[in-house]
Amino acid sequence: MSELLRRYGPGLTLIFVLLTAFWLLMLVILPNITLFEASFRPYLPVTEIGGPRDVYSLNNYAKFLNNAVPASYFGIDVQIPVHLKTFLATVTYSGVVTIVCFLLSYPLAYYLAKVVNPKSLPTLILLLSIPLWVSEALRAFAWYIILTFNGPLNAVLVGLGVLEAPVRWQNGVMTPYDGIMIGLTYTYVLFMLFPIYGAIQSLDRNQIEAAEDLGARWWQIHWRVVLPHSRPGIASGCVMVFMLSAGSLLVPTVLPSTSSNWFTETIRQWMLESQDWNTGAAYSFLYILLCSVVVMVVMWLFRVKLNEIAK
Amino acid sequence: MGAGIELEDVICDFGSFRAVDRVNVTVKEGEFFSFLGPSGCGKTTILRMISGFTDPTGGVIRIGGKDMKGTRPNQRPTALIFQNLALFPLMSVADNIAFGLSVRGVDKSKCRTRADELLKLVDLPGAGDKLVSQLSGGQKQRVAIARALAVEPAVMLLDEPLSALDLKLRQHMRAELRSIQKRTGVTFIYITHDQGEALAMSDRVGVMSHGQLQQVADPREIYNQPTNGFVASFVGENNIFAGKLGAVSNGIAAFSTPHGQFRARLADGVARDETLKLYVRPEYTILSPDPGAENSLPVRVTEVSFEGNFISVHAISDSGANVAAEIRNDGAVTVPAVGATLHATFAAESAALLPDETRA
Ligand SMILES: Nc1ncnc2c1ncn2[C@@H]1O[C@H](COP(=O)(O)OP(=O)(O)OP(=O)(O)O)[C@@H](O)[C@H]1O
Ligand SMILES: [Mg+2]
Repeated sequence: MSELLRRYGPGLTLIFVLLTAFWLLMLVILPNITLFEASFRPYLPVTEIGGPRDVYSLNNYAKFLNNAVPASYFGIDVQIPVHLKTFLATVTYSGVVTIVCFLLSYPLAYYLAKVVNPKSLPTLILLLSIPLWVSEALRAFAWYIILTFNGPLNAVLVGLGVLEAPVRWQNGVMTPYDGIMIGLTYTYVLFMLFPIYGAIQSLDRNQIEAAEDLGARWWQIHWRVVLPHSRPGIASGCVMVFMLSAGSLLVPTVLPSTSSNWFTETIRQWMLESQDWNTGAAYSFLYILLCSVVVMVVMWLFRVKLNEIAK
Repeated sequence: MGAGIELEDVICDFGSFRAVDRVNVTVKEGEFFSFLGPSGCGKTTILRMISGFTDPTGGVIRIGGKDMKGTRPNQRPTALIFQNLALFPLMSVADNIAFGLSVRGVDKSKCRTRADELLKLVDLPGAGDKLVSQLSGGQKQRVAIARALAVEPAVMLLDEPLSALDLKLRQHMRAELRSIQKRTGVTFIYITHDQGEALAMSDRVGVMSHGQLQQVADPREIYNQPTNGFVASFVGENNIFAGKLGAVSNGIAAFSTPHGQFRARLADGVARDETLKLYVRPEYTILSPDPGAENSLPVRVTEVSFEGNFISVHAISDSGANVAAEIRNDGAVTVPAVGATLHATFAAESAALLPDETRA
């Protein structure tokens, strides 16, 4: 603060402070507080707002547990609230996306950080980040085109003789969420790559050589030296990819199958289709809370501390 | 137990730059051998070739009689101690030491027992559960040695391991390293640019310059009978005079310089050409009020510094030659005054005529 004053004088400093305060208060805190407050009030016709029925309750949150539908987990058939089912699917497949991103990123990050000639590194990083220049929507639609029944993927695979007949990729080959997972992986993989690259980059090459010199095989070097060192990077990459995937609205709407449901779509339906912003807000907060719980539990399982991620 | 190492015409090129140039040396089993040379002369490169991290461009490296070509570092009977130690910061001291054992599948409790034994050997008993970051510089040093010893290497390779320590600790660790080497019988190859370190610790020293081995001998011979000018001036100080060779008799040659006629030793193998210079060490240079019978040069004292155990005197001759002399401090010595005119003299046997360094 005193540094700001010294550099820019009182006038400019005041403007900086006011702008920051405006941004925080008006654009971040106020809307969220408004939504948070609204989430506890019932959805009422305009005439009844402020009337006797407009009281605070947890009813909007409780809707999450309505409407049991049949589902099957690990071969066991159960009755489960439909929105809970959507939530579980979203979290599960976001988790799968996170794992796939990690499996793709780790070897690539290691290669970039420790194997590749440092001279060609800037070019490679530039090439890798080209997809980031294209808007997320365009990328998702590109995959829509690639995956369509008459699209290039089928054409190539059938042409090469890998497939006998074209496949309906968008209906999902393994799960109804295949298309969404492909889209999310493609969209968010760099958010995994860069933190892991940064972490491995900071590992002293002598550590790797020392391990090898002491007799470690390549996988032991990774398991005992490189992976532990890059844990903070892996953790922040995983949290980012998971939260971004779980919060993505665009990819699930562009690349859905007939039976896929992403939780963000449920929230959107409440807000835009039912015009019930109160329940939509309740679902949003519940969603953030539950996703955070999932992240915390996983972090606890892997004994990762918050301050490690912040590094 | 240790193993011998042979380097035969070993060459290492980085692009067009030759970092190691036809090095030939045989290190005996159980020997403490040092490579001594200035920064950038290729010492680390030699060590990396022996440990397998760099492939030689040419020549053969044998360890225990076996050609090491194509053998990965993790398959060689060597253990390298890195210049920055490269301890694993996320592991405890015991896990660091037992790393080499545990990657070989030795079970946990055996690893721990062995780590504790080694900690005792390096004089750090009970430090097993500490983190590396909790250790002092000297303690880290010992852990690095213990970690390398744990895999029972036949050859230990040490890359300037003491350079980061302060003087006292460095002297202590010198003795420590030496005694560990004697106790274990492992062959030590030690790299340093500190001549004192090399002379004090080693059985033999190889002096290097520009990727080439200049001389291999025991420390006394390196200091007393350097084979060329580079070795003479890299190891210890010298007064150097350029001049022309005259008549030689009984290994003593006449040598005429712009500063006068001198006589000095000329070893048998030395080529008698114009690159010869006269080298005489300051501690053999005597300053006296009277001119000597031979090898005498009138000088004026320009600088006197009291170093404790000796007094260092710098003087300049009328002909412009700089002369350094060291006078041992026996408590009763008379210290020359700055500006005094004296005679610098030296015995013919203590001066040597040497060629420049050998460059292929
Ligand atoms: N990977 C490399 N690529 C190109 N040149 C290299 C490489 N490694 C070393 N060199 C060069 O080879 C020469 C010898 O290097 P080396 O590291 O062996 O020196 P050193 O004797 O260990 O020096 P120091 O005492 O400073 O550690 C240096 O000039 C260095 O620049
Ligand atoms: Mg070096």
